[in-house]
Amino acid sequence: MKFIDVISPFLAWSRAARKADTIPYPLKRNPGSARYRGFHLNDPDKCIGCGRCEEICQNLAIGMVMTENSDTSRGDSGLRPLVDYGRCCWCALCVDVCSTGSLSLSNSYSWATFNADTCAYIPGEDAKAWDNSTGGYRQDNSVLQWAGSPRVDMPEIEPEERVRSFEEVIRGYSPEQAVAEASRCIQCGLCVSACPAHMHIPDYLKAIADGNFARAVNLFYDNNPLPEMCGKVCTRECESVCAMGYQGEAIAIRWLKRFACEQFESLSDVLAVDEKPLEPSGRTVAVIGAGPAGLSAAYYLSRMGFVTHVYDRNGEGGGVARYAIPEYRLPAAGDEKQMDVFRAVGVNFHFNVEVTGDDILKMSDDYDAVFFAVGLQKSSDFKIQGFDLPGVKHAFYFLTSHPEDGKMEVGSRVIVIGGGNVAMDTARTCRRLGAEVIVSYRRRIEDMPADVEEINDAVAERIDIRSKTIPERIEESDSGLRYIYVEAKMVDDPDGGRPKPVRKDDIEHDIEADTIFLAIGQSSETGILPDEISEKLKIKWGRIEVDEHQFTGVRNLYAGGDITPGAGDIITAIADGMRAAEAIAESLRRT
Amino acid sequence: MSVTDPLKTTHLFFGPQHPGVTGNMSVEMWFDGDEITKAVTHVGYLHRGFEKLMERRLWIQNFPLVCRICVPEPDINEECYAMAVETLAGIEVPRRARWIRTLVLELARFGFNVMAYGGQAGTLGLGTGSMWGITFRDFVLDLFEELTGGRVYHMYIQPGGVRRDLPEGFKGRVLSVLDKICERLPEMDRLILNNSVFRDRTVGVGIVEPAWVNEMGLVGPVARGSGFRRDVRKDAPYEVYGELNFEVVSEKGCDIYSRTLVRRRDIDLSVDLIRQILDSMPGGPVASRLPNLTEWRVPPGEIYSRIESSRGEYGYYVVSDGSLKPRRVHVRGPSYIHAVPLLERMLVGANIADVSNIMVSLTTCPPEIER
Repeated sequence: MKFIDVISPFLAWSRAARKADTIPYPLKRNPGSARYRGFHLNDPDKCIGCGRCEEICQNLAIGMVMTENSDTSRGDSGLRPLVDYGRCCWCALCVDVCSTGSLSLSNSYSWATFNADTCAYIPGEDAKAWDNSTGGYRQDNSVLQWAGSPRVDMPEIEPEERVRSFEEVIRGYSPEQAVAEASRCIQCGLCVSACPAHMHIPDYLKAIADGNFARAVNLFYDNNPLPEMCGKVCTRECESVCAMGYQGEAIAIRWLKRFACEQFESLSDVLAVDEKPLEPSGRTVAVIGAGPAGLSAAYYLSRMGFVTHVYDRNGEGGGVARYAIPEYRLPAAGDEKQMDVFRAVGVNFHFNVEVTGDDILKMSDDYDAVFFAVGLQKSSDFKIQGFDLPGVKHAFYFLTSHPEDGKMEVGSRVIVIGGGNVAMDTARTCRRLGAEVIVSYRRRIEDMPADVEEINDAVAERIDIRSKTIPERIEESDSGLRYIYVEAKMVDDPDGGRPKPVRKDDIEHDIEADTIFLAIGQSSETGILPDEISEKLKIKWGRIEVDEHQFTGVRNLYAGGDITPGAGDIITAIADGMRAAEAIAESLRRT
Repeated sequence: MSVTDPLKTTHLFFGPQHPGVTGNMSVEMWFDGDEITKAVTHVGYLHRGFEKLMERRLWIQNFPLVCRICVPEPDINEECYAMAVETLAGIEVPRRARWIRTLVLELARFGFNVMAYGGQAGTLGLGTGSMWGITFRDFVLDLFEELTGGRVYHMYIQPGGVRRDLPEGFKGRVLSVLDKICERLPEMDRLILNNSVFRDRTVGVGIVEPAWVNEMGLVGPVARGSGFRRDVRKDAPYEVYGELNFEVVSEKGCDIYSRTLVRRRDIDLSVDLIRQILDSMPGGPVASRLPNLTEWRVPPGEIYSRIESSRGEYGYYVVSDGSLKPRRVHVRGPSYIHAVPLLERMLVGANIADVSNIMVSLTTCPPEIER
């Protein structure tokens, strides 16, 4: 034993004279660090109630509940997370996966209460001392990308290549790409309520992710008898509310629907046995118009055992979606495949039949119910000076006349007036016919009613979109036509509506063109209804008003699709048809 | 005479609630006078069924769970699990994430070792040493709080990388904490290593024969205190240990003093490694992209991943059947060998006053034994 070893431990006493390292809690409190994982915070306005936090929580500490201020508006389930601190382990997985980034953890870590029940509370709803805390663990999606990721790129033809033909622009996913894209779905189901037809979106995405494409097709047909059409040109309300779209890109729900349908040569063979129609009930229903609404009503009525007869003036089913949407967006090749399904469930088609007012009265007597879904077949007039010059044409009639066969001459320079999908389709069709195209629209580009995708594609195809241009008149010129416009500025609407374009100055600009297309909108042909019926109907802005069951209130007449007020897209028409079918079935079962 | 003869021996249960026991375990002992004739280790007080729980959780949900297997050094579990899953799923970990992980592992080892070093003195009644050890560890926990958001359970190393990048100015704060502790460590050495009582109670006590090391599969400071240079960091380098410059610490005394000395020199080694890591930390992303976490299926396969913990080789055996959850996870900590067969062997013939001294020198951790 060394003497120094006896002495040296006592040197520790020197620490008694030095400052202590301990914190004299509670006189002095150490705040949690900037990244501290303390009690939850939630921004109730940002939260959409997708339930991702509940799903990822490994302790079952989070439950989604309705709150007093629940607002179940579009894209919000109204549910908010309730956190049970008897179970929470502060791992912050919920924060890292939160789709909107509304959930975070404060740096507050001490809380004493006499009431243990309050230890389970709804952050953001139940006031707590740390609600205004700025420190704590916040989501950083740029590091982990757990809250949102980019979608699998859809292969498409390059813009320079695609304007040379009417070939479909979108090439479609490969099975591997589709499975990868469908696997991104977090199964929150917010899309279901946003979809007008309430399709089983999370279920069919799961089926695709599992590689069970036939099951996906069966799920489509539960709420939508035109899945391939919707897989190509749907307005996709579902994707606009997708939880993955907040911090990444929405799931490509539309493209996946298209993918699943494309996997099968025949859709009617894929549909399971229980999808086949019931025994005929002996009751009959007439459907006027074989567009999406009419087809949808006919399909579900047939499946429920009713004999359905569909009348249409055209030679094939599909309505305006088939006749007006160009080949490069919706090739006609897929239509027969879908039509076969209708024939398989026993829908009787009567094509090339011009239904008159007398026919409608007779149908109303002969059939147990009539579903009126003729859509909007008339292009709206736009009576600016010179609208009746030769060379000024209606875009809608142009689109429905099979322009891709190239029989119609549009010349080398085309002007399209309007900003909707018809305007974009016309512009892009003319581009494919070899013309230089200018689109003139009164408001800003962001105000255009056309799909953003169509606008972007049009720009990529070198279509010159001149926004904020007010048409003045059209004149004849040496080379053809001269379009004269003035520039507009946007003025806020005092009533709170969208900003209105007004003349910025009186300077007139002009463009020479060979053809000018008017794409101002379509209107209805309610005139074919007999007076006996039409005078009893409520018709506003050319649209027939119906109740929530698509019933017009007159005789046994139901209506749906574009002829009734609504969003005016395919999926809404399909939903109308399905709703009408259910209402008709219900009323016929009772009588 | 039988070693458990009730007429000749005293029968005593030591633990599980006893400050001298390392965690929730107990030793049943028979002793004649104050010499132990037989010892049996009992575990089962802490069984939480981690391995089974993991089979019921998604792949990602397990990383906040595994850290709970070891309180003083949780990061080894996160690292083992992450390495196993990454290998099975074929995930590439960004370079910077590998360096940050190594930093975290060394900081955790450092925090554990300063506490265990003081704790060794605490078992002999020298409370000052253990208090200082816990204080030093608390300084390290402050760093962890800043880096990961949690003091004890960091939940920071996740499959694919780490959860956040280093905060601004973190390097400077790590270095200042290291400087502060290194400045005070000589004080602790004077209190513990240069203490005649400590020397008397530890030199030649708790002998681990070198022959037992390979026979029983001893690892970590226990093997290194008996003259072996056994360290996974050197033998099978993981993360960036292969790029760091260091020598494995070893002592030849085979007793408690040697093991304490190994721990003390491991502290210096960790400080050196942390400085090396901070100097060569590369830039870049810290996590690679994972698939949808609730739909994440890891390809079928099995893997054993191992790293060096402060107690020795630590491994995870993970089996995937290609589903959303692991088919089997087995945690292989060194504590089972050290606390059950080795301790039972060492205690025979030992003095009853040295029991907790010997146990702490093996730094056993019961949650590793009963996962």
